[in-house]
Amino acid sequence: MTTAFDIAAAVRAGTTTATELLAQHLATIAERDPDIHAFNHVMVEQAQAQAAAVDATAALGDDPGPLAGVTVALKDNMCTRGVPTTCSSKILEGWRPPYDATVVDKLRAAGAVAIGKTNLDEFAMGSSTENSAFGPTRNPHDLSRVPGGSSGGSAAAVAAGFSHVSLGSDTGGSIRQPAALCGVVGVKPTYGYVSRYGLVAFASSLDQIGPFTSNVADAALVLDVIGGHDPHDSTSIPQQHPSLVDVLGQGVEGLRVGRITDLPPGADPDVEERLEAAFEALAAAGATIVPVQVPAFTFGLSAYYLIAPAEASSNLARYDGVRYGLRVEAADTNAMYGVTRAAGFGDEVKRRIMLGTYALSAGYYDAYYGKALKVRRLIHDDFERAYHQADVLLTPTSPSVAFPFGAKGDNPFAMYLCDTYTIPTNLAGHPGMSVPYGTGAHGLPVGVQVLAGTLQEPTMFRVAAALERSLA
Amino acid sequence: MSDRISAAVVAKVARLARLDVTADEIERMTVQLDGMLEHFADIDALDLSAVVPMTQPYPLVNVLRPDVVEPCLDRDEVLAAAPAAEDGRFRVPPIVGMDL
Repeated sequence: MTTAFDIAAAVRAGTTTATELLAQHLATIAERDPDIHAFNHVMVEQAQAQAAAVDATAALGDDPGPLAGVTVALKDNMCTRGVPTTCSSKILEGWRPPYDATVVDKLRAAGAVAIGKTNLDEFAMGSSTENSAFGPTRNPHDLSRVPGGSSGGSAAAVAAGFSHVSLGSDTGGSIRQPAALCGVVGVKPTYGYVSRYGLVAFASSLDQIGPFTSNVADAALVLDVIGGHDPHDSTSIPQQHPSLVDVLGQGVEGLRVGRITDLPPGADPDVEERLEAAFEALAAAGATIVPVQVPAFTFGLSAYYLIAPAEASSNLARYDGVRYGLRVEAADTNAMYGVTRAAGFGDEVKRRIMLGTYALSAGYYDAYYGKALKVRRLIHDDFERAYHQADVLLTPTSPSVAFPFGAKGDNPFAMYLCDTYTIPTNLAGHPGMSVPYGTGAHGLPVGVQVLAGTLQEPTMFRVAAALERSLA
Repeated sequence: MSDRISAAVVAKVARLARLDVTADEIERMTVQLDGMLEHFADIDALDLSAVVPMTQPYPLVNVLRPDVVEPCLDRDEVLAAAPAAEDGRFRVPPIVGMDL
């Protein structure tokens, strides 16, 4: 397997060029993306210019950076200056942001080559990428199945070999679930670990950016580049993070791996089987498996689907036809808001705006939003207690392998259940990651989720690396 | 239907959200929102009287910086992305004097 480390080393040493690597990826995209539709937009010219700049730096004997020549696909809810950023929504179709997201700046400064903008469920609301206004992304492992979501395009891009790595955003599982379904590594860091400046907001107290990679070490490398405080994001944690690359080889000897004994049921037997294999592998590598309880875990779904839509209804108020994106003309401003938003938003986004507005409205606030915030506290506190007994927790990432298009029908709640195991972590603000761990039904990938406490990424990565080694 | 939410409330919420909806959409959303609220009712059984609400995960405090002008977005570039602009401003349909 070629890792981002190997690629960057080769580009820095001059044994290959960023231009050559980019050309290979553009050729693969031209060949297979018409079937997969991972990208909303391929940044051919910008990427070629960026690759040429990296090569020029290397040719001068200077260091282009730790991600020299590594191609990166960006979820299309991250702002790229002058390059369309749509959130897979008609309301932002054609919008070209006047600035770059901090993660984009950091990746470029490290020598990475941004190759394109990837498809997502509209405004990151969904678990299958079927909610994109521009058509779904297909799972590279089986084109009749979904890649997961909402960052389905970013997961598919890495799985299909369109880019070395990619970035997604995770509000309730939108990195980890598609990573599991596409057989790649996906990380949701601690809330505030990575700057969200330039990430189009969905639910601001839950959103976090993280990487998709084909291996655990690359995820550590990307996080080492994009992590850290940003004066432009007041919610980014004001401290330096220790290198994750440095801890990968430390092993799991003596670590306590928690098994949640009151986890909500619902995972398929093939998924459960892989989870058991993961527990066994960690035990064999020297970890101790300990039973823990997280009683409020089961209430995560309800709390999340009141809190996230409430925040979304507020964040999405900015799409009003005034400053950017779509405007449908009307006689007065108030009428213009109503018709613009009706024409620009898709069904799921409208549903969540309605649910969130309702949960926040006079007479219902205490019964819904206020109550959900209290449940959020219970979930956080239950996790904190569990982390006194265990260093990490292991759960399934997704209840099932990738499902066929249309499998969830018209029932929104059936789709929401896909995130049963990922959502509570976002509410708590803790980190979590999905590690590919073999295959289940139909030979499709299964992911195992590693969860850890606030800023315990180093421990989480030690466990993820050990799981990966156990498959080698 | 559990009658947790009525079509009249859905119509009112749509107005609050500045979202024009058709009669069909109101009917469909009423059924869907009602179904969701039914699922979310599992938290009604919890005793939350002594629980402090949690609005965000990290104990952040307000951050102030020196009151010094820093580079910001270019006005022309920002206005170029607007549906309508005039004289260095966003242009919108009439606000005052209309029946809102």
